[in-house]
Amino acid sequence: MDQITSVLILALPLCMFLLLGVFGNKMSHKMAGILGTLGMGVTLILAYSTAFTYFFSGSELFIDAAGNRLQSVVFDHTWLAFTDNLVIKLGFLLDPISAMMLVVITTISFMVHLYSLGYMHGETGFQRYYAFLSLFSFSMLGLVVATNIFQMYIFWELVGASSYLLIGFYYTKPSAVSASKKAFIVTRFADLGFLVGILILSFYTNTFDFVSMTSNPQNVLASTGGAMFMGGSVLTWALVLIFMGGMGKSAMMPLHIWLPDAMEGPTPVSALIHAATMVVAGVFLVARMFPVYLMEVTALEIVTWVGALTALYAAIVACTQVDIKRVLAFSTISQIAFMMVALGVARDTIHEGVGYMASMFHLFTHAMFKALLFLGAGALIHAVHSNDYTSMGGLRKYMPITHITFLIGCLAIAGIPPFAGFFSKDEILVAAFENSPLWGIWMTAVAGLTAFYMFRLYYRIFWWNEPDYEHHGHVPHDAPWTMTLPLIILAAVSCVAGFIPFGELVSWNREAYHIHLNIPVAATSVIVAVCAIALATVMYRKENSLPDKVANSVKGLWTAAYNRFYFDELYLFITHKIIFNLVSRPIAWFDRHIIDGSMDMFATLAHKASGAIKGLQSGNIQSYVLIYLMGALLIGVVTVVCVVIL
Amino acid sequence: MDINLMFYLIPSLIMFCCGVYGFITRKNMIAILISLELMLNAVDINFVVFNRFLFPGELEGMFFTLFAIAIAAAETALAIAIIINIFRVTKNIDIRDLNKMKF
Amino acid sequence: MESVGSIIMYWVVAIAIILFSVLTVTTRKILRSATYLLFTLFATAAVYFLMDYQFLGAVQIAVYAGGIVVLVVFSILLTSKPGDKAEKLASKKRALGLLAAFAMLCVSGYALLSRCGFFAKMPEMEEVGMKRIGAELLSSGEGGMLLPFEAISVLLLACIIGGIVVARKR
Repeated sequence: MDQITSVLILALPLCMFLLLGVFGNKMSHKMAGILGTLGMGVTLILAYSTAFTYFFSGSELFIDAAGNRLQSVVFDHTWLAFTDNLVIKLGFLLDPISAMMLVVITTISFMVHLYSLGYMHGETGFQRYYAFLSLFSFSMLGLVVATNIFQMYIFWELVGASSYLLIGFYYTKPSAVSASKKAFIVTRFADLGFLVGILILSFYTNTFDFVSMTSNPQNVLASTGGAMFMGGSVLTWALVLIFMGGMGKSAMMPLHIWLPDAMEGPTPVSALIHAATMVVAGVFLVARMFPVYLMEVTALEIVTWVGALTALYAAIVACTQVDIKRVLAFSTISQIAFMMVALGVARDTIHEGVGYMASMFHLFTHAMFKALLFLGAGALIHAVHSNDYTSMGGLRKYMPITHITFLIGCLAIAGIPPFAGFFSKDEILVAAFENSPLWGIWMTAVAGLTAFYMFRLYYRIFWWNEPDYEHHGHVPHDAPWTMTLPLIILAAVSCVAGFIPFGELVSWNREAYHIHLNIPVAATSVIVAVCAIALATVMYRKENSLPDKVANSVKGLWTAAYNRFYFDELYLFITHKIIFNLVSRPIAWFDRHIIDGSMDMFATLAHKASGAIKGLQSGNIQSYVLIYLMGALLIGVVTVVCVVIL
Repeated sequence: MDINLMFYLIPSLIMFCCGVYGFITRKNMIAILISLELMLNAVDINFVVFNRFLFPGELEGMFFTLFAIAIAAAETALAIAIIINIFRVTKNIDIRDLNKMKF
Repeated sequence: MESVGSIIMYWVVAIAIILFSVLTVTTRKILRSATYLLFTLFATAAVYFLMDYQFLGAVQIAVYAGGIVVLVVFSILLTSKPGDKAEKLASKKRALGLLAAFAMLCVSGYALLSRCGFFAKMPEMEEVGMKRIGAELLSSGEGGMLLPFEAISVLLLACIIGGIVVARKR
């Protein structure tokens, strides 16, 4: 592990992006795909070795004099030095979460690269797709290893840009175009808060550096000097604003509206960006700044509230959606909210800050099983050519591999032992209960809802009633090996990931935390999950009228949830009716009539004046002579009069 | 009675005013040219008269007139060439038809 | 006190100048207008003779009366049919012309007459011989006219070329 490796991890995807982006059109599809996948594969190996070295090697780079493993290792390079204090560095920060994120990102990205070989086969713009995937991988890797908040912001925007490019991959489809614009604008709006937060924080602390901030958070608190702004301390404001950027990227309510629409992109992209990696950037951001957040409990409480409300909201909406990718999208929102809650409830005084570890653990396992679910959904869509589960059903007979892996994913997300989700979710629930029973019960309920909607989806796809596939002239079948192999690998990981001794590896203060099952909490959550699955089985295993009856009995709630509680309409109302009418139109009017109008007035005046005097330019030489003569005489008269008077 | 400077300047002034009147009122381009010659001639007289009455030993005024006559000849020749050219095109030498330089 | 002969001579010339100038611009036949111009130019030449500038008077007659007026008469003959008459002037235009001429007359006349007493009678002058004119015209010393002379030569050359180019048949 040296600097070369760390540079290579970032440089390889970037080179792939440039290579495929510039020369892609000259390559065949197959070559571009294999090149991209190979590049990602090498990056994967490098990232694994880096993480392994960091966690386990005895290299003196990672061990301090006392024999303890260092929390963070930094390779830094000064990029821009404006003043002594204002220095912007680029570097490579290795600490438990960035090492973990390296593993997650490269794993999922490699799986998606491999999967896309089959899924995107024959699409126009295949090379462009791989170029964008490489760009995204580069940006995301750069984001997680950023040594300072400014570098993170740069990669943060790069991630947003590549997400925009990939959502709008099918740029001939108007819905994809508007979805990409929506994602970009909403996240940009959130990034405004992020930027302001960065500026406030660095103004007071005189540094962008993560290590110097997190290793000594008391200094950060002290440097603000107790400054207050609108009833909150400046530090709270800065942290909340930074969290706002995280809310945008991680699709927390009320900035979640872009994520369901982002499903317009190709499904592997949804798996990579909008399930496993980019959307957890917000969680990662809060985790990165966690020691500073601990200084301001108010900010953490806000994080908790936002997370809890989003989790419940997204879970309810997910119960009613028809589009399988949208169900998964809302499930993603809900699960990310779980991680946010875990961070929000974590306190260094409570149970050694278990929430932090739980959040990162859940981030890890969720990336695996959610990528699995999305890739499975992609296989289904590939086979059925529709996003709606209404045109699916009974697929277990046709697509056995997809069926089994999807089931594993559902079990994992539902929190059934021994699958990965159970362990991480259990830790989150423990952390929530430790903080307050309210959050514990709340999150347990949401976990139950999660199990319900996932199995509703599962039964509707693989059981229920089988539509007449023959009639449509296309019998679904399992996808080629490039698509099923990632499914199998991810399913295997989802089965065993829970047994990773995560607490030993990742903790906020580098003190190993020994995961042990909290039997009452675990039992409760498992019972709730099993009950929810049983309910889903009763309602959706065979075609029956029960779901309709249930839906009718709570018609108002059902319709509202189906329409996502009218958030999009609310946004449209606010932007179109209020902002456009009350702000934009007056400003546009002002611009058009006052600013432009004054300029137009000058032009009109000049035009009118020239029109008025152009008659003098008659082309008649005699009138010229007359006027000239009169003028000359007038001067003569004036001279004479002046002479006489003076 | 003494014939002083004034006695020559007044006829010259009247000649000039006739030139102005003719220039402004006539439509025929050659008539306008003739009016122009009148004005030029009036000015020539002034040069000569001032030279003769005020600086009898010098010849500048006379030479100026000499040159003015040469220039008038050149100008007339060119003007007539232009007028004849216009006449070729329009079969007409009415000044009112020549308003192409209008705004 | 001037001699009676020169006074009579002056009045004849002055009245001829005024009369023929007015006739030049008021007659409606263009050829007559040219003829009256000729007379005006002759009267002007007479003024030059009265001033004792014989050479200038000769040039006036030769170039103006002999050259320019003939040129004008030829162009009149080229551009108008016999019996052509200028149409009656529009009264508005005539009024404008009269106004301009009259204003000119008033302003300049006032300027002249208000300084009436300033002017003395014609001083004596030795005769300007051809030798002196030639020497001054071609001298480059003080008061010499060589430069304007050459400039006029160039102008005349340009005028010849211009006349050819403009009047040339295409």
